[in-house]
Amino acid sequence: MTDSNPGSAKPTLKTLPGDDVRQILWRYADRYDLQMVVQSARSVARGLVARLVAEGARHSHEWTPDKQRLLDAMDEAGITAVAIDPEHGGYIPGPKNLALALVAFELSWVDAGAATASLAGNLALAPIHERGTPEQVAKYMGGAVPAAPGEDRRTLRGAFALTEPIPYVGVDTNTMAGRVRVAEWKEGEEPMLHVDKRGRFITNAAFANFVCAAVASDDPRIKGSCMIILEDTDEGVWDPGSPTLKLVHQLSATNDPIYSLKVPASRIIGGYTVQDGVIVPNYSHAEVIEAVFRRTRVTVGLMTAAKLLSAVEPVIRYHRQRFRGGGQLQPGSPRYELGIQQREDALHRLVDVWATGEAAASLGFYTARLFDEFDPLEREKDRLFAERGIKGARAQLKAFAAVKDAALEFIRLEHMPADKRDTARYEELLNDTLVQFVVKDALSQVFCPATKLWNTGVGANMMREAVSLMGGYGITEDCPGFLGQKWMDAQLEATYEGPEAVQRRQLTVTMVNDLFLAQFRHWIRQMRQIAARKPGTGACTLATAMELWLWTIEHLQKAKDANGDTLYHGQRQGVAFPMADALSWLLASRQQILDVLELEEKGKDNPVLADGFEGTVGFLTDLCHVMAARASGEVGRIAAELVYGYLRHPSWDGDCDSCFRASELEAVASVVPGFDSSPLEVIQDDSSHADKAGPCVRFPGMERFRELRLKLDGCLTGARLAKDRAAAALTEVMIPEALDYPR
Amino acid sequence: MSNGYHIVVCGSLVPDPLQTLEPVTTPDGPGLKNESMLPSVLDPWAAHALYEAAHLAKSVPGSKVWLVSLGPKAKLQQLMMAVAQKASFEFVAVDGSASGFTDSFETAQALAKAIESIAGLDRQRLLLFGGCSSASRDAGTTVGMVGALLGIEEQFLAVDEIVPNDDGSFRVKERIEGAQYLVSECAGAPAVLAWATGNLPEPPNNPQVGMANMRTILPALAKAQAAGNLRGSLRFESVETPTQRRETRVVKDAGIDEIAQELAEWIRG
Repeated sequence: MTDSNPGSAKPTLKTLPGDDVRQILWRYADRYDLQMVVQSARSVARGLVARLVAEGARHSHEWTPDKQRLLDAMDEAGITAVAIDPEHGGYIPGPKNLALALVAFELSWVDAGAATASLAGNLALAPIHERGTPEQVAKYMGGAVPAAPGEDRRTLRGAFALTEPIPYVGVDTNTMAGRVRVAEWKEGEEPMLHVDKRGRFITNAAFANFVCAAVASDDPRIKGSCMIILEDTDEGVWDPGSPTLKLVHQLSATNDPIYSLKVPASRIIGGYTVQDGVIVPNYSHAEVIEAVFRRTRVTVGLMTAAKLLSAVEPVIRYHRQRFRGGGQLQPGSPRYELGIQQREDALHRLVDVWATGEAAASLGFYTARLFDEFDPLEREKDRLFAERGIKGARAQLKAFAAVKDAALEFIRLEHMPADKRDTARYEELLNDTLVQFVVKDALSQVFCPATKLWNTGVGANMMREAVSLMGGYGITEDCPGFLGQKWMDAQLEATYEGPEAVQRRQLTVTMVNDLFLAQFRHWIRQMRQIAARKPGTGACTLATAMELWLWTIEHLQKAKDANGDTLYHGQRQGVAFPMADALSWLLASRQQILDVLELEEKGKDNPVLADGFEGTVGFLTDLCHVMAARASGEVGRIAAELVYGYLRHPSWDGDCDSCFRASELEAVASVVPGFDSSPLEVIQDDSSHADKAGPCVRFPGMERFRELRLKLDGCLTGARLAKDRAAAALTEVMIPEALDYPR
Repeated sequence: MSNGYHIVVCGSLVPDPLQTLEPVTTPDGPGLKNESMLPSVLDPWAAHALYEAAHLAKSVPGSKVWLVSLGPKAKLQQLMMAVAQKASFEFVAVDGSASGFTDSFETAQALAKAIESIAGLDRQRLLLFGGCSSASRDAGTTVGMVGALLGIEEQFLAVDEIVPNDDGSFRVKERIEGAQYLVSECAGAPAVLAWATGNLPEPPNNPQVGMANMRTILPALAKAQAAGNLRGSLRFESVETPTQRRETRVVKDAGIDEIAQELAEWIRG
């Protein structure tokens, strides 16, 4: 048997992965515009943002002049205009999900509050970008581009007002207290509307001069709900309200505003029609929100990923320098040079933090790229539906159902070797907008919530681990890298723009979509193929875990519990939610492996990476293996709990069909010698039995599950060797002498 | 001045000063440990020269800026992702070592050759800018030698300010001993200005400027000529780190008084 993870000395990680490595991993090596945006965002993050945090700007809830400087810096560095299309004054053509994700990542490397300030501006523009009329898009997107020197106009800064004071808190609610009614409707003129909206936790509200507010009709002359644009110059009350007393993200302005304003109906996002004297918005607020959040949640996930990766350097430095300066240690001694790194536990825990950060980044950036592919498809789909007169959710679902078989066929062809598939048919399906839309939609509906859920939830827990690695220092404001603040910030990221439960609810529905599962099945084979070529990645482990998850989800959808109740349905969150968590682990681990393979493939031709390339790839591969093992462990635990946990444990009662009476056993043994020495469940003639709850459970119909569980355990082979190697690399990797931002 | 200046800035990359810079012996001579993998920045002295050049070009209509960089072209490309956002310029790349262990003269020759081949460069309007020193090679001689090789006699070292006049002449402030300035009037280009820190802050990154610059940067990198052997006959007997260990701390925007106070306290012990 050959060891897939040989322990012999191999080149190891020489320096922390730099931009050259990241650009390949996250697939923007050929996007110079994005590389520049990264540098630009980084200069703001590690310059002004870091200084503000170091100087204590997070200590206030109010929007201060110091914090206001952030907006100017982001304007100046081109960050504000990243989300804007070139025709409206921006400079990045095409979809911008990856660009915005990179900006959020860079800002969050130092402080996610700054990233939120940037993100909230984009969030305000997103409803207009996604669903606005051409006039609305031109006015607000163009107005959001920072005014050029000498240009006499104010820059439009927006806020997105959905969340309301209790009881209607939450982004997924269909019930709103915000109201819109007709204020004035003169014959032949545009209706004037009156909007009442009280917001809660509204980011940017302190300085916004326009707001996209979600409101419901309070007037029979307006149908349903909508999102509507309010401006600070509108007639009525524009009260930014009091600052939210939040403990996190203090570099963003969060308020509880009050708006009571008169606005023209043309501010309804996406426009409206008048039918039988009733104003019918073209999009309900839910339709607008759905289009918005499915994108912006991805960037939130990347905020937490950035925190984890940003923690690596400060922790290594702290560990190495922990015992220096006392005068008793001499340079060169292990205690002086390695400090706490002499302890395996510290190294292993940091490996876990790093591996999680890599997986989170891989998952998040993949999802951002997925939306970059999805955006044009969605627009083309909208155009086609408009052309064909397909309106409303029901009609759209019908149209999607009509192409489902073709989409499944495409997925099958897509994963066949090119020389073995029907090329003409493949090309035909490849060029079919609706087919491509439903295939990508099935992915985006899973990857977006998975990114938000896993990156922030697991990331927040792992951030606690990073803080603990700094000892007491970790929970002080002096901690290099602001790790304590980042830990708390991560909890907000797990909450805002849809808390974990919302993401799990979405996954409950989308992860059992046939189009997703069809692609998932192919990924299992893909992981097996990778495992054959690159066993050290942990792809083999992951493939088995994916098989186990797939078996389990299929089983749960059919099975009933001991009481005869259906196991898998939307309300049974004890079943569906853990499966959503398990899937997210798998997706993160898989993307991490795919990214490292990309690096191995593309990086070998990069002369800058030549020196130390093998060590870098080897280290990142070991991190993949660590993560694959951890993901598999989670899946195994969850699957076993769900598959067995809803069965009633056998008991020592008369109905036990797996027990023998002692007298029966003796009788059989007289015919079959040795039978009584078998490890069977026996009830003695006096009804006594072994000290346990009941006979061991049997597994009728679950043989495959048992096989997979057993196989999964065995597939963990090598995972800890990989962790040891990664830990050893941490003791050798060269780090800078100091962080490149203040503390 | 009716036609403006043709400003050529010589500047290349150095390892990020925050990195651990440890001399090692390589098959090609001395180098820095993991040098090719270390993140790079534009040499701070050259960076000042570039910002001053961009500022001068803006204030004198008709002026144009070139940035001539000698370094490994793959690393130059990465560097340009940040530098190209700072100012508008046309890029000229020379593929070669940017190590601190090269010879100033060989380096100057390669740079001079690259400058001579710039199409459209009017040598009579040429202001050759560079750093008076370098974060990797502190000889302080390279720009002067490039100027000499190009036949430029007017040379100013440790410049902190240039004030152009309408007739093409300009006034230059050079640092001299005792925290004094030498103020000179120069009749005009061609001239060499080796910059100290200048007076301008680092411009913010502007991706739009960067993307405009990329139109020349990518072709320049593609056709970068190899510089060849930049070590010449130079031989290093030994290389070692200073005995004083570095204690690095990042402080931004500290005032002059504050810095002076801290230094004085440190000297007093």
